Amino acid sequence: MKTVRPIERFRNRSLLIALLGVTAAVVSGPNTLFGQDNFTPNGVADQRRDAFAFTNANIYQANGELLENGTLLISEGKIDRVAADGEVPAGYFTIDLTGRYVYPGLIDIYSDYGLPEPEQASDNNGAAENLFASERAFYVNDAIKSQFRASSVFSPDAESRKSLRELGFSSVLSFRADGIARGTSSLVTLGDERANQAVIVPDAAAHYSLDKGSSVQSVPGSLMGAIALLRQIYLDADWFSAQTPRPYTDESLEAWIRNQSLPQIMEVDNWQLALTMDRVGDEFATQYIFKSAGDSYKQLELIRDTGAALIIPIDFPAAPAVDDLVESDEISLAELKHWELAPYNPARLAAAGIPFAITSKGAGDEFWSKLREAVDKGLPESTAIQALTLRPATMLGVDDRVGRLVAGALANFLVSSGPLLDPDSVLLENWIQGHRYQLASDQADRAGRYRMSLAGRSYEIDLSFNKEVAEATLVGPDRDVDIELARDFISLSFATDGTGNRTRLSGWPEDNGWRGSGSLPDGTPVSWTLVRIGDNADATGSGSDDSSTGAPGPVLYPFVAYGRESLPVQQDLLIRNATVWTNEEAGIVVTDVLVRNGKIAGVGSNLPGAGALEVDGSGKHLTPGIIDEHSHIALFNINERATNSSMVRMPDVVDSENINIYRDLAGGVVAAQLLHGSANPIGGQSALIKMRWGRPPQELLIEDAPKFIKFALGENVKRSSNPASIRYPQTRMGVEQVFVDAFTNAQAYQQAWDNYNSLSVTARRNVIPPRRDLVDEAMVEVLNGERYVTAHSYVQSEINMLMQVADRFDFNINTFTHILEGYKVADKMARHGAGGSTFSDWWGYKWEVRYAIPYNAALMQQAGVVVAINSDDAEMSRRLNQEAAKAVKYGGVSEIDALKMITLNPARLLHLDDRMGSIRVGKDADLVLWSDHPLSIYAVPETTWVDGIPYYDQESDQRLRDEIAAERARLIARITRDAPTTPADDSAEEE
Amino acid sequence: MSVTLKVADRLTAVTFLRTVVLLVTAASMGLVRAVVPVPAEDQSEPIAVVGAIVHVGNGTVIGNGVVTFEDGVITGVGSMSDGIDLSGHRLVDVQGQHVYPGFVMPNTVLGLEEVGSVRATQDVLEEGDINASVRSAIAYNTDSEFIPTQRFNGILTAQVTPEGGLVSGYSSVMKLDGWNWEDALLQVDDGIHLRWPRLRRRDRDEETGQLEIIDNPEYEGAVQVLNNLFQNAVTYTGDPVNLNLQALQPVLNGAARLYLHADEPREIISGVRFARRYGIADVVLVGGRQALQVKDLLLEESIPVLYEEIHALPEHTWSDVNESFKMPFLLTDAGLKVGIGGGGTSIDRQRNLPFFAGTAAAYGLDRETALAMITRNNAEILGVADRVGTLEVGKDATLIVSTGDALDMRTSNVIWAFIQGREIDLYGTQQELFERYQERYSNRRD
Repeated sequence: MKTVRPIERFRNRSLLIALLGVTAAVVSGPNTLFGQDNFTPNGVADQRRDAFAFTNANIYQANGELLENGTLLISEGKIDRVAADGEVPAGYFTIDLTGRYVYPGLIDIYSDYGLPEPEQASDNNGAAENLFASERAFYVNDAIKSQFRASSVFSPDAESRKSLRELGFSSVLSFRADGIARGTSSLVTLGDERANQAVIVPDAAAHYSLDKGSSVQSVPGSLMGAIALLRQIYLDADWFSAQTPRPYTDESLEAWIRNQSLPQIMEVDNWQLALTMDRVGDEFATQYIFKSAGDSYKQLELIRDTGAALIIPIDFPAAPAVDDLVESDEISLAELKHWELAPYNPARLAAAGIPFAITSKGAGDEFWSKLREAVDKGLPESTAIQALTLRPATMLGVDDRVGRLVAGALANFLVSSGPLLDPDSVLLENWIQGHRYQLASDQADRAGRYRMSLAGRSYEIDLSFNKEVAEATLVGPDRDVDIELARDFISLSFATDGTGNRTRLSGWPEDNGWRGSGSLPDGTPVSWTLVRIGDNADATGSGSDDSSTGAPGPVLYPFVAYGRESLPVQQDLLIRNATVWTNEEAGIVVTDVLVRNGKIAGVGSNLPGAGALEVDGSGKHLTPGIIDEHSHIALFNINERATNSSMVRMPDVVDSENINIYRDLAGGVVAAQLLHGSANPIGGQSALIKMRWGRPPQELLIEDAPKFIKFALGENVKRSSNPASIRYPQTRMGVEQVFVDAFTNAQAYQQAWDNYNSLSVTARRNVIPPRRDLVDEAMVEVLNGERYVTAHSYVQSEINMLMQVADRFDFNINTFTHILEGYKVADKMARHGAGGSTFSDWWGYKWEVRYAIPYNAALMQQAGVVVAINSDDAEMSRRLNQEAAKAVKYGGVSEIDALKMITLNPARLLHLDDRMGSIRVGKDADLVLWSDHPLSIYAVPETTWVDGIPYYDQESDQRLRDEIAAERARLIARITRDAPTTPADDSAEEE
Repeated sequence: MSVTLKVADRLTAVTFLRTVVLLVTAASMGLVRAVVPVPAEDQSEPIAVVGAIVHVGNGTVIGNGVVTFEDGVITGVGSMSDGIDLSGHRLVDVQGQHVYPGFVMPNTVLGLEEVGSVRATQDVLEEGDINASVRSAIAYNTDSEFIPTQRFNGILTAQVTPEGGLVSGYSSVMKLDGWNWEDALLQVDDGIHLRWPRLRRRDRDEETGQLEIIDNPEYEGAVQVLNNLFQNAVTYTGDPVNLNLQALQPVLNGAARLYLHADEPREIISGVRFARRYGIADVVLVGGRQALQVKDLLLEESIPVLYEEIHALPEHTWSDVNESFKMPFLLTDAGLKVGIGGGGTSIDRQRNLPFFAGTAAAYGLDRETALAMITRNNAEILGVADRVGTLEVGKDATLIVSTGDALDMRTSNVIWAFIQGREIDLYGTQQELFERYQERYSNRRD
């Protein structure tokens, strides 16, 4: 047994230099033959047994504690033993790590190391659609790339593995960020091994996203389309896997089926989509691990409730540029607040007990400064270390091999000069599969102030390191010294006066400095010594002092301007003496309205209001809240592109943080149908929401709401504005056929399931159940009257057509929306039972609305159609009372009926009139108190209640505006105060 | 006193008009007219509108007032008790109803565009960045289907304006009645429209795919193009002839206005300083969404603002929810002269001009000031205040009568309109279609 003792210390860190020197001498780099018998060397065989004993180290254990004076034994790339006893068996070369810290090698669980960069799909807007998948034996959609295996293309990349190693990583999970199903990732190590040794687990996890990546297929073109595609492939895989032999070859489905047993990693852009995808996972008994966007702190409890583990980035945003007043106005409050709060995300996740791994993705070179920032903001050090070691290993089920220092695991570990997260600690060595990679310069500990004795004179020189490169300065004249430093040699040259003539020296190290010989500017030979006398004058204090910034601002619900720290609460109310538009038999009456538990509890004079908050309504008008039958606010996406998109669900993509919700409330709107767009004859499934500002998406959805789907006719579905379009249909004739075809298919689908379901249990064993198809299922719901149709429509021909199709398939068109020529066929609509939800006065903006007239609402109403006036527009939505008033102006609708067009009638069209749309005992307390006659342009909503909760009122709006101004001012002051002020840093950058 | 027409108190415009039209047109045959209403005949006799609430357009209201006009020109405005001579006048008794100057719509593509999505119907945007010499007037279509719908709500004058590029060309102010564009001209070539380039623009980040606001890389180049143009215009001698430089001369010598289209504060500053550098006297700021931030500059330079985006979402997510509604008040309160336009909205929505003013009145302005913003102020800003914009003796008899407050859609009901004394047919295709189907469903009621 050989023991290497440190040579005499020249200061407290001298051990390092000795250690590095010796180990570098004995380890010559990875033995590429190791473990691979079929490899033919270019020379003689070089089989060896690498075995080391690291003694007297502080060894980090999986429980987060340090084993002091521990011994780590490794051989042939694996850990043999971790022990406290210090016994070193024969055959191990001992390395004394006194004072050093040993940690498991870090794991980056979200990397693209060693994989080719995926191609970027170009945006083909304005071009012909790409309707089909490429000609391969893969899935019908090119965004499904489950057949991809990272291990099949993985190739070590010397440059990036070196930079990852320098950050302390010894292994990464490499996946290709391309597609909705991205295939499998490989767990690979970052040593200099060949790929055969570097790939530890070829198929370590399966990866997903909602981004179709390089696929040029037009579908899916939206988040909800991507989600629908995922749902469908789960179903397709079930059906496919039930069949032997397979009905056809599909390598994507085969891979999908195989991949289900792996950890499932889903990348999402925000916390809302994490919640959506967690629900989708639940539908298919899958628990995703979420790669989050670092915004989980905005809704910690809901994220915790998913039960998911997270992969979080620490690429905290840089401070927004606020110097220019105009441009700083463009920065949202959410962006400013996120800048401040994002570094707290890891700490808050830890405090909430949410398991997470940390990735360096996005942080790059700033990984350690960002990680330390997270620790400064309260992330426990042990959690930080876990998030980079044991947690990712556990997520992947490989904690027997990586992530902790135990017998049998790979010899992947870090040697640090101090506790890993101490700001002063230096990462010294990164051992990967038993091979040592030196991280810190082996000279770095020599930084300090030195006295140069030279030809009877003495100078002081400051020696420092910038990114491992030595820099030196002559103290006093502050003159640069050219210095080159190697382990065994030094060379220096400098000018001692202003002449520029240089003294040139070279020499060798001693314990406390260097000595050697050289030549003065005039060529005189000299001897010299350089002796350490202390630390650099400016050695400390380069880090920013962040302790003065105080506590961060609060999390707001929602996390945007006009969000609140705590949501307004339900009140029992007694609104006295308002002019009440009941929308009931009573008509318009001056009376009292009592609200209890979010419901209307009484309408009448002198109601007892025990305990209820009294609101003086005298001189004011109280109406039911406005319901916008046709809206596209608060959605992440509007249109999917498939001709029949019945499978997409707008509730999957509700954005509860959209400011237009609040703006709608300020206009007296309490509820809306959020519709799919009109890019296709059969659009997606609607989300019916109430404007519960501050609640998460699921809580905006109206409980037990009837189901709706968007249909569309005419120019938009013909893609009239895109001359290059080739998608069927291109004419109104084709549009009819799309519907006939879809319903014919749906009938056949229903029949197939009916047949299957009618079989006996035993008979079913011998047949494959029909393939479930989400398009057909939505269409079957329509046929069965379980899902109502809202049909975008303009001209009379198409209106009649769709009613005929509905009659033929024995269902009803619930609502024609826009329906600008509804006035021409209103009698037929009334007979069919279709409602009309129209614009007040839009016309002329495209060919099919040439004969739109503002009298449409009045005429349809006259013919017996239930008429609503909608917005289809975030701005108009907040002025729907004015739009209703136009029905009075154009066509002389009574004022009571006009108000119903934005309250009770849309409630009827949405089949919500049993609980909304009028002021009647038992209905939801969705109310608006107006300053004036509600149809007058001079009327302003003073308070808007949803479920008896005052989500908007003028007073709190004023307060919120003041708070927004104050919070913006505070944050901008913080940014400007934190701005770097040391010009020295800048000059260093420029070099 | 020749004919007295009494209009019943709550008679709707349509029913009333139908009566009129039935007397004189082929509507009784039940056909939708293939063309827009016939241009009106010249005023043949003196007319007195009596018993009205007269909104002069300059802030004054005259209760129980009278307006007289002859040969297309206003001859008397006052209270019924002022003793204005009504002899020989055809009396139009509009007791308790409202008389307003015809509303003035600035900066519109009315008559230049028919169907937004059909390229063949558009004469709005000429090719190229510099089109100082193009003139909207000659492309103005007096038979546009949109004209009757605007008149129906009281808009009787419009500044028809080309769009696009940096210098879009000349607008002209048109009377919304006439056989052809030459007839319809009120003020030809009133000014040139300069669209200040955008400093910043939205762009998609190539890496993240997110929309972001970036510095416009073409900004400096565009400003240089404008400087070159105006430098050359200042020194232009006429030899060789250059149509664009020639077209800029009236702007440089004060005979035509410069309409500066800009919304962002720094763009407004740059545009105003640009105009001053070349000694341009009459500058109007069009758009001016964020004009409030540079109000001091605009005040100092006496530049009026044509504010267009009242029915618009606030500029930023964190802005006051009602910011756009309040802006006319805030700009006025800052001391600026403000006109209200509609050019920011699509052409079909521009008929809501009086309701843009009404909204401004709901958010801070008094109603007569709001009214002045679509009458007197717009007329002054467009340089046609000697002819339209207020009800004052000597001006054109371009006025409307509404049974109720015409700034509120709940009560707006325009029953009479006169352009230079010519009685305008308010009954258009939309009214005709209404009647046709109203009759159809009335006959079919079970």
